[in-house]
Amino acid sequence: MSNDLVQPSAAEPGSTRLVASLAVSGFLSGLIIIGIYVATLPTITENKARELRQAVFKVLPGVSRMQKLQFDGERVVVKQEGKDDENTLYAGYDANDRFVGYAIASEGPGFQDTIRLLYGYQPGERKVVGMEILESRETPGLGDKIYKDAAFVANFDELGIDPQIVAVKKGTKTEPNEIDAITGATISSKAVVRIINEGNGRWLERLPASAPPLAEEGERYKEQGTR
Amino acid sequence: MAVTSKTTAYDEMLKGLWRDNPVFVQVLGMCPMLAVTNSAVNAIAMGLATFFVLVGSSFLVSSMKGLIPKQVRISVYVIIIATFVTVADYTLLALFPVVHKELGAFIPLIVANCMILGRQEAFASKHTVKYAVMDAVGMAGGFMIALFALGAVREILGEGKLFGLSLFGEHFEPWVIMILPPGGFITLGLLLLLFNWVGERKRQFMVQVAEQAKAEG
Repeated sequence: MSNDLVQPSAAEPGSTRLVASLAVSGFLSGLIIIGIYVATLPTITENKARELRQAVFKVLPGVSRMQKLQFDGERVVVKQEGKDDENTLYAGYDANDRFVGYAIASEGPGFQDTIRLLYGYQPGERKVVGMEILESRETPGLGDKIYKDAAFVANFDELGIDPQIVAVKKGTKTEPNEIDAITGATISSKAVVRIINEGNGRWLERLPASAPPLAEEGERYKEQGTR
Repeated sequence: MAVTSKTTAYDEMLKGLWRDNPVFVQVLGMCPMLAVTNSAVNAIAMGLATFFVLVGSSFLVSSMKGLIPKQVRISVYVIIIATFVTVADYTLLALFPVVHKELGAFIPLIVANCMILGRQEAFASKHTVKYAVMDAVGMAGGFMIALFALGAVREILGEGKLFGLSLFGEHFEPWVIMILPPGGFITLGLLLLLFNWVGERKRQFMVQVAEQAKAEG
């Protein structure tokens, strides 16, 4: 692979040769890296899209189709293309094309690093109906129960949001807007609650009163997938 | 170092697995060793990625050793290693996104694993392709064995599982500390102790045998 290089000689190599060998190896390495990037990019993009789709289906029970929406500064419109950002949210529809709810992504500081999560919200009943952690680095064995502990995750399956969600000591949940915190991981539990409350604070007033806008026929449900 | 017979090439491989084990004897590559061994699967994945990078780099360095000027050899080695690491990184991300998520930043950090650069400088750049590859296979294999030993112990004690399968049933209370960083240090320390104790016993035994032979002879 290095035919361009001069054959080695007994004499001390000149600086041209040193620069040339570094340049050639750097160039070849660059080519290989571009090659592997281009070769794996479609799979990686697809994996990420599938991951997101599965998360949306998980946090919105009964949903079989989804559509990306975005807030354009004034109202929520159909997202055409481009990368997802903090102004993107997802609308979920059931098999009969009836609107079920929104999946909202939100993030904030956890115990160790940023926690990124997605939660399902039903505007009709003003309820959170599901929560899925997308990214976190909480302490293994303690904080990571925010996604490993099924009982904690189930807290978010039917949760009132008014006036706002509160984490209470495990076993003392009485109100519909309270969740049982994880013993030994209070900070992580409270972080999840705070992240959802912040997501609500940002999104609730932006959401339209009725069902969200639908894309043109044919353009609809581009992100379609099955459960 | 002219090695000729077939058995010596085999020896080059075996030495990395046990006698010169990169972790237990040379104590190299401690960063991934401690960071990603909180489960057996992570340890194996890290071991395989390192295996790929080390064998690939040793092969390339050894086959191009006449072409690399010695003044810039370290930079060229790093370029070669970094290329293999990037290939491993993207391949893992595309094929095993879950494992990649767990290993996170530690895949790109294989570049900085001193064991890999060390093998290029100390061995691959001075030997033929065959010996270099055998040496790399042995060293990477030894590294993987060490990672697995640590990962398995930590997962069994820290979660009561091995490869995600529950071992002790409901009543086992996991030792959470074992999957946290201190557990890594404790386990590594105990394994090193064991390794050195066995080595010392063997040495004493040899001395004893030699003295006996002398006394009798």
